[in-house]
Amino acid sequence: MSGQDDVAARLPPPGVAFWGDPRLRGFVFQAIVLALVVWLFWTMASNAGDALKRSGQATGWSFLWNTAGFDIGFKLIDYTARDRHIDVLVVGLLNTLMIAGLGIVLATVLGFVVGIARLSPNWLVSRMAAAYVEFVRNVPLLLWILFFYLALIPILPPVKQAISLGDTLFLTNRGLYMPKLHWTEGAIWIVVALASAIVLWVATTVWARRRQTATGRRPPDLLIGLALVIALPVAAFFATGAPVSLEFPELKGFNFQGGLAILPELVALLFALTIYTAAYIGEIVRSGIEGVSKGQSEAASALGLSRGQRLRLVVIPQAMRIIIPPLTSQYLNLTKNSSLAAAIAFPDLVHVFAGTSLNQTGQALEILAITAAIYLTISLTVSGFMNLYNYATRLKER
Amino acid sequence: MKTALATAVLAAAAITAASAQSGSPTLAKVKSEGYLKCGVSDGLAGFSNPDAQGNWTGLDVDICRAVAAAIFDNPDAVRYTSTTAKERFTALQSGEFDLLSRNTTLTMQRDVALGLEFTGISYYDGQGFIVKTDSGVASVNDLNGATVCTQSGTTTELNVADYFASHGMQYQILTFEKESEALTAYDSGRCDAYTTDQSGLYAAKLELADANAHLVLPELISKEPLGPAVRQGDDRWEDLVRWTLYAMINAEELGVTSQNIDEQLNSQNPEIRRLLGIEGDFGEQLGLTKDWAVRIIRKVGNYGEVFEKNVGTGSPLQIARGKNALWTNGGLQYAPPIR
Repeated sequence: MSGQDDVAARLPPPGVAFWGDPRLRGFVFQAIVLALVVWLFWTMASNAGDALKRSGQATGWSFLWNTAGFDIGFKLIDYTARDRHIDVLVVGLLNTLMIAGLGIVLATVLGFVVGIARLSPNWLVSRMAAAYVEFVRNVPLLLWILFFYLALIPILPPVKQAISLGDTLFLTNRGLYMPKLHWTEGAIWIVVALASAIVLWVATTVWARRRQTATGRRPPDLLIGLALVIALPVAAFFATGAPVSLEFPELKGFNFQGGLAILPELVALLFALTIYTAAYIGEIVRSGIEGVSKGQSEAASALGLSRGQRLRLVVIPQAMRIIIPPLTSQYLNLTKNSSLAAAIAFPDLVHVFAGTSLNQTGQALEILAITAAIYLTISLTVSGFMNLYNYATRLKER
Repeated sequence: MKTALATAVLAAAAITAASAQSGSPTLAKVKSEGYLKCGVSDGLAGFSNPDAQGNWTGLDVDICRAVAAAIFDNPDAVRYTSTTAKERFTALQSGEFDLLSRNTTLTMQRDVALGLEFTGISYYDGQGFIVKTDSGVASVNDLNGATVCTQSGTTTELNVADYFASHGMQYQILTFEKESEALTAYDSGRCDAYTTDQSGLYAAKLELADANAHLVLPELISKEPLGPAVRQGDDRWEDLVRWTLYAMINAEELGVTSQNIDEQLNSQNPEIRRLLGIEGDFGEQLGLTKDWAVRIIRKVGNYGEVFEKNVGTGSPLQIARGKNALWTNGGLQYAPPIR
């Protein structure tokens, strides 16, 4: 019976001593290696702990709740010098996430454009895309960041001679100043209206697709969706008595006060990260498209699809399976490369927490451990989402 | 009688032997190596800066040279190790060098929590600001709303935050890793002011495109007493370094310079005679020779000469004595008497 075969398979062959059993040997060796690794890490950690105690330096996590004492130049939440090191961590983390998020979106868009352009039958377009890729990705990213920063500042005018657009938008070498939306009571309804409009748009698209499958004619779901997204928030705006006002930037003394400021450091960093990563993404997209068998494109042309429709409906959906894993790596690269912000004084997580906080408190081990753990979490989250998408789009065989 | 005499002789011998063995282990090691190992900065004009031939010059460097002159009668018996702000303390603690002379501020945390001892103040400094002359700013209190550039990770950021908050002023801060990047940003107009120790501002002014277009503001917003430091645990070595600096200050107070040292050897002033080792055995108490101070003054100079040569009227920095004048001239440099 099969049960007896299984049992027989687990026992060593007759006539061989127990140390001749390869499975047992394997188990023992793995256990020894595991024990060695664990012992190694434990020795390193206890060594570090002893050395720290001997040199009299402070250890522990209580420094996170001490006052930081320094200001940060760009922050998405309220932060003053009297806040704690843990607040410094949050400010730096939000800045990094913002750069990573914007960078990923922009680099993906540009990367796809470059990748498809490189395969264009138009000779000039494809050569330009090739030149862009070869030039941009062979220069180190730090040089790009420094170049854009150092090239940007002299081009822009000083504050006293700002270029202004109707006295509401100001371009200076301290940043681009624009009016800021000032939220007051009741503004939450506009957000609610916007959210519902988006949900309705998605529903409209689904319904339109069903109508197209059933009848062959597609209602104008794009126009309907746009109309919803514009009309509903505007209606909510007037219904709640116009609770949102604009705060205009004004020149007071040295700088513009009020309004929203987009710093040149942010622009230079984002620009450099985007074009650098887009060069790599372009190559990934190109390899994905070339990986789809030629028969697909030929069949699509035979059906009368134009080049654009062929790409959008047939080739790219299949190419995505090839593109997603290396694309994930590039997203993670971009996230970690954003730590080069320290070179141009943009306060991201590494610069402000693993830089300034580390120097002020002297607790290098703890701070670096926290920073590494944070980057690890961000990277695992991003790759988790991408793998989810990969799994959802895999070939489903029956 | 014989036994009493023998006991007394033995006791005297034991005491002499004991005192000989209680010398400084660091001094013994330095003497056996033949040169002093000194930690300096990675290039700060006026304090420790290598010139075009790679020779180190500066106020901090001259303190190292003075200690070497006191030990070896040769001020060039020094090996310099260049350090950044981050690694200077660990390098001293680990024994990479025996004297840290690197424009280091004496603070409580450093004195108490890092296993170091500071051996006197060689330069009383403070944090200041530099602005463009045509900005019309004449004082720190005019900087409300300004953008300030600085180097990251030093006490500079903390002092700026404290000062502006306590005076109810707003500002934007930009912190760079390297001083050169911060200066470029300030020079190009990205920031209204650059801030660091005032002595560093004078040095930075030399690096800017047009030195005359900039103004160092007069106010100091913090206390930055700079001085040399040694490891904790060797009190005799600490005494040696401390009294080297005090000898230089006392020499200036008594009017003994490297130019008139030979005439001063014939002086009848008891203070000068004790300083130069003609009377007393203070040098030997430090583990050096009787003429330890003569070596320092002749080969390196007194405090005033060293100041003027490196950061004062004899240098491009042109810093006034100010707080670094002798206490008899209204400054803070005050050395205990050698007696």
